[in-house]
Amino acid sequence: MAVVTKDENAGAKPGLDYLKENFREYGMLMALIAIVLFFLVVVRAQLDVDFLSAQNITNLFLQNSYVIIMALGMLLVIVAGHIDLSVGSVAAFVGAIAAVMSVNMGLPVYVVVPAGLLCGAVIGAAQGYWIAYWRIPSFIVTLAGMLVFRGLTLWLLGGQNIGPFSKGFQSLSTGFIPDLFAVNRPNLTAVVVVVIAAALMVWLGWRARKRDAAYGIQQEPSAIFYIRNAIMAAALVFVGWKLASFRGLPNVLIVMTVLTILYAFFTEQTTPGRRIYAIGGNLKAAKLSGINTEKLVFLTFVNMGVLAALAGMIVTARLNSATPKAGVGFELDVIAAVFIGGASMSGGVGKIVGVIIGAFIMGVMNNGMSILGIGIDYQQVIKGLVLLAAVIFDVYNKSK
Amino acid sequence: MAALLEMRGISKVFPGVRALDHVNLSVEAGEIHAICGENGAGKSTLMKVLSGVYPHGTYEGEITYDGAPLANRSIADSETKGIIIIHQELALVPLLSIAENVFLGNEVAAGGVINWPETFQRTEALLKKVGLFDPPATLVEKLGVGKQQLVEIAKALAKNVRLLILDEPTAALQENDSQKLLDLLLELKAQGITSILISHKLNEISRVADRITILRDGATVSTLRREEISEDRIIRDMVGRDMAHRYPERTPHVGDVLMEVKNWSVWHPEQHARQMIRDVSFHVRKGEIVGIAGLMGAGRTELAMSIFGGSYGRDITGEVRMHGKPVDTSTVTRAIDAGIAYVTEDRKGLGLVLEEPILRNISLANLAGVAMRGVLNKAQEATVAEGYRKAMAIRTPSVHQKVVNLSGGNQQKVVLSKWLFTDPEVLILDEPTRGIDVGAKFEIYGLMNRMADEGRGVVMISSEMPELLGMCDRIYVMNEGAFVGELAREEASQERIMALIVSK
Repeated sequence: MAVVTKDENAGAKPGLDYLKENFREYGMLMALIAIVLFFLVVVRAQLDVDFLSAQNITNLFLQNSYVIIMALGMLLVIVAGHIDLSVGSVAAFVGAIAAVMSVNMGLPVYVVVPAGLLCGAVIGAAQGYWIAYWRIPSFIVTLAGMLVFRGLTLWLLGGQNIGPFSKGFQSLSTGFIPDLFAVNRPNLTAVVVVVIAAALMVWLGWRARKRDAAYGIQQEPSAIFYIRNAIMAAALVFVGWKLASFRGLPNVLIVMTVLTILYAFFTEQTTPGRRIYAIGGNLKAAKLSGINTEKLVFLTFVNMGVLAALAGMIVTARLNSATPKAGVGFELDVIAAVFIGGASMSGGVGKIVGVIIGAFIMGVMNNGMSILGIGIDYQQVIKGLVLLAAVIFDVYNKSK
Repeated sequence: MAALLEMRGISKVFPGVRALDHVNLSVEAGEIHAICGENGAGKSTLMKVLSGVYPHGTYEGEITYDGAPLANRSIADSETKGIIIIHQELALVPLLSIAENVFLGNEVAAGGVINWPETFQRTEALLKKVGLFDPPATLVEKLGVGKQQLVEIAKALAKNVRLLILDEPTAALQENDSQKLLDLLLELKAQGITSILISHKLNEISRVADRITILRDGATVSTLRREEISEDRIIRDMVGRDMAHRYPERTPHVGDVLMEVKNWSVWHPEQHARQMIRDVSFHVRKGEIVGIAGLMGAGRTELAMSIFGGSYGRDITGEVRMHGKPVDTSTVTRAIDAGIAYVTEDRKGLGLVLEEPILRNISLANLAGVAMRGVLNKAQEATVAEGYRKAMAIRTPSVHQKVVNLSGGNQQKVVLSKWLFTDPEVLILDEPTRGIDVGAKFEIYGLMNRMADEGRGVVMISSEMPELLGMCDRIYVMNEGAFVGELAREEASQERIMALIVSK
């Protein structure tokens, strides 16, 4: 299976050459690892606390789930050449609707959640309609949406917090997958699931690699493939073990993972996914190739609305109350994650994997800096500079 | 009369192309000097050398202006000497007023503060000179193209123009606007302003020009005095090259009528009163290569794009038939389904997603062909692309190469592959060899012949007459949005095509 293509033999150090060519993708992964290691060391040295404790890893996932879920939709929006500034307000608004339905009206969770998602779809459609069919710039439409839905949130909540929620609704965010093996700790289910996931990841990667080789598609050299997979599988099993020794797999983590896989599949393996890239890459050429550009852009925004709604309900469940201030500034975290992940402002470029890495870079920094007690003032400055650095790095790489 | 301008031995080389080859041009003070030539003959390049777009040192040869050597470093440099060029695409800011446009970059100001009363006064005076009576505060976007042209001239006058260069000024104008503009040129001449007029329209040239210089293939062919000007002479000098290019041999096997377009009319998408395509009817047979000849702006691209899914224009009327049955081509998808493919003249802007690899570009117009229920089969996609790479001889190390890295000829082969993958019955090729070197041209011609031999109908739009004559079984001649003639292969010649175009 050590498939070696002809191109690889050409250079003296094919692995290094390959890394140089694909510096962007590996660079971000390495940056994430470096940031984690940095905090691991510094937090240990300063506070004598384990940065990668079971509790903190669980926290990392719970805190960042909303960014990742929305970033999946935002990637599509940005790849199509648009932007959505309204996601924070939409998340807050749908959270408020869910609170009214759940707390004030006492509706069960299996009614509230679908209703919330439907609201998100309608909101996305309302914005996407103007953007896709009237060609009103998405920046303006969603800026308006940001104000409108923030206002509606205030109105709906009457300036008050609504809560607490029923256990059922709370489990959206703070629930954990129960241990089927009932061993208590470590949570065997978590370990089994993670080990299977890691094995599946390696196997799928290997299968794709074999298929690519058969069709002469250029691929990463085998050394890098093995190292990368070893690191990722090890990280996965490590995280799973840690989670198992705490409370098990959070529900949110499962939702997040399933969505990530679905969106990665959608963007890379389906015709509508491919078409969205073509729209962002060259709108006119896409149109002249028979692609219904308006409809796809419209649906991209509907999808964004649904994901913002889901994120909104998860955040509300986590806070255990809907507040008028919920979701303020979310849109910026989400957009930053997408750009750190390598998407291009002009559209047509970006990958789900990159977005996940981008979101975790932001998330780990948020979490680590908070643990170190760095003030919110410095945190903002540092996050801003990281975003700028990532994009400069991109542009520099391209101009080389 | 003394020569105001002498250009001697001007040569300009672009990578791979010799655009100008020892061109000589002499313009006398106070004359209207016309420059004629086919598309690509080097007219625009020569004017860019003169106006400083290509600064001194990037070309060979000498320019003497007003008795002194001219060495322009920039456009601004040549403008201070009174040499002002008005391009075919007007350079006005639509949302500024006439007065603001006239003095843009040349403001009536003291210490950066604009003197508005004087600006308006002087604008009014200039507008009177050019015969425009709209208030100076009118926004330029409210004016028609003809009036905008006058604003451009007023702008030139504001800069104390001595040598005015007009690049096809009447191409976008209606008949009466053209007449007004030509009258104005004569009036300016009376005031001592020298003009260079680039035009295709021989009736205009013979009306106003004192002398005419004809360029062909980047070289001066002749300079004629007014008495010597005749249409025959000009046409002969414009096209009189020997057929240097070779075209691949082909025995046409022409079958039944494949596509028929009847009474096709299209209006301009923004200027609602302007009809772009006038009642055009034509047909293509199986295995036939049909040419559409015409000069730039004749409406050939507009015709093709309006047929292909209404991609150009509005209020489109007319009928498209395939195999005698009317078909719906109102969206691109429907046009593709009807068996039509349109290969654009603007490869980079409209044809390719440059940052994506070859295989993704090839599959883009027919993703269903490499997918099952919406899920892509990437192996099949790679196989398809690999097949076209071999069949079309696309020179690239791999089909995963981004198309932006390919040469023009190879990019064109990718676009052709993309459309062949939709398996069209009729291919409309818009300037298929534009910007491609001679070797690749020959390959594209071969591919076109193969398409025809496969029983497809090919419509070839081209501004290069030799290639139309060399490739086509039949040639339609288009001018100002209408078909003005149809020539069979045997009767077609450059002279006859040119005569049909200019006879209007």
